[in-house]
Amino acid sequence: MSRIVIDEQRCKGCLLCVEACPKSIIVASSRFNAKGYKVAELPEASMEKCTGCASCAQMCPDVAITVWRTAKSKAKEND
Amino acid sequence: MSEQLVFTRPEVLADVATHYCPGCQHGVVHRIVAECLEEFGLVEKTIAVSSIGCSVFLYNYILVDTVEAPHGRAPAVATGVKRARKDAFVFAYQGDGDLASIGMAEIMHAANRGERISVIFVNNTVYGMTGGQMAPTTMVGQKTTTCPGGRCLEREGGPIHMSEIIATLGGVAYCARTAVNTIKNIAQTKRAIRRAFETQINGEGFGFVEVLATCPTNWRMSSVAANERVGKEMIPEFPLGVFKDAAKEE
Repeated sequence: MSRIVIDEQRCKGCLLCVEACPKSIIVASSRFNAKGYKVAELPEASMEKCTGCASCAQMCPDVAITVWRTAKSKAKEND
Repeated sequence: MSEQLVFTRPEVLADVATHYCPGCQHGVVHRIVAECLEEFGLVEKTIAVSSIGCSVFLYNYILVDTVEAPHGRAPAVATGVKRARKDAFVFAYQGDGDLASIGMAEIMHAANRGERISVIFVNNTVYGMTGGQMAPTTMVGQKTTTCPGGRCLEREGGPIHMSEIIATLGGVAYCARTAVNTIKNIAQTKRAIRRAFETQINGEGFGFVEVLATCPTNWRMSSVAANERVGKEMIPEFPLGVFKDAAKEE
């Protein structure tokens, strides 16, 4: 499972990542960070749809997103 | 299943919150510049020249030696730095109010002399830091605090197209205009900045990259709407592309 981690204290809630995500799984949360910005989030339930393309991270002006990609295991490819 | 880190902050980009407004794309350009410096192994020998404007605090974000130039004079300061320290890698980072207005003379002559420096020019069609006044690059019809009815072609003239002008000057080795509004354009921007840095490393001449960016605050738009404006309004007015590449012409 590929995954992203959004540094919520760095997020300014511009939501450019929401637009950039090809799977449309990043959403605006209802939480505020210490600076008072409503942060973006990727709900845990949607994380499995993440492909690790890093589009959100490239778009993020605050470099607040870290991306890990999981290589497809060979067993899975053979299925 | 093995997990691979595919995107993280470059080390030379300081791990601090920036003072930029939400959605301001200076951060994206900073990140791309930082990545290019690391990829070329230039971090230890780089001297950056920062400008006046929102990008004034460049030295807080890109952790290389930096000279703070007077308003608009970054190319002149960079000229001095490069001539005194030929082994150093020197780049200037300027906005449109800085480069295309008060700094017009400096950028023209530095480019014409073919100084071995690289200039990153972030064009957001407005004076950002001072509160959204009309810049030389402001589009016809765009409302700013000093042209509240919209820029009028007859009264104020049209926006200056810096890349097209710079490309005509003799000492320029590379000149391109890119944007950071889509993933594709971000990749293009990275290629352009890499190429501009390469021209300096190879001693080919002056490298210039104009990056179209947003200013959601002074455009009075949401970040997402501002990003859409780049594609819908700015790119038709400021076409993207490589205007000069000396290496390919030979």
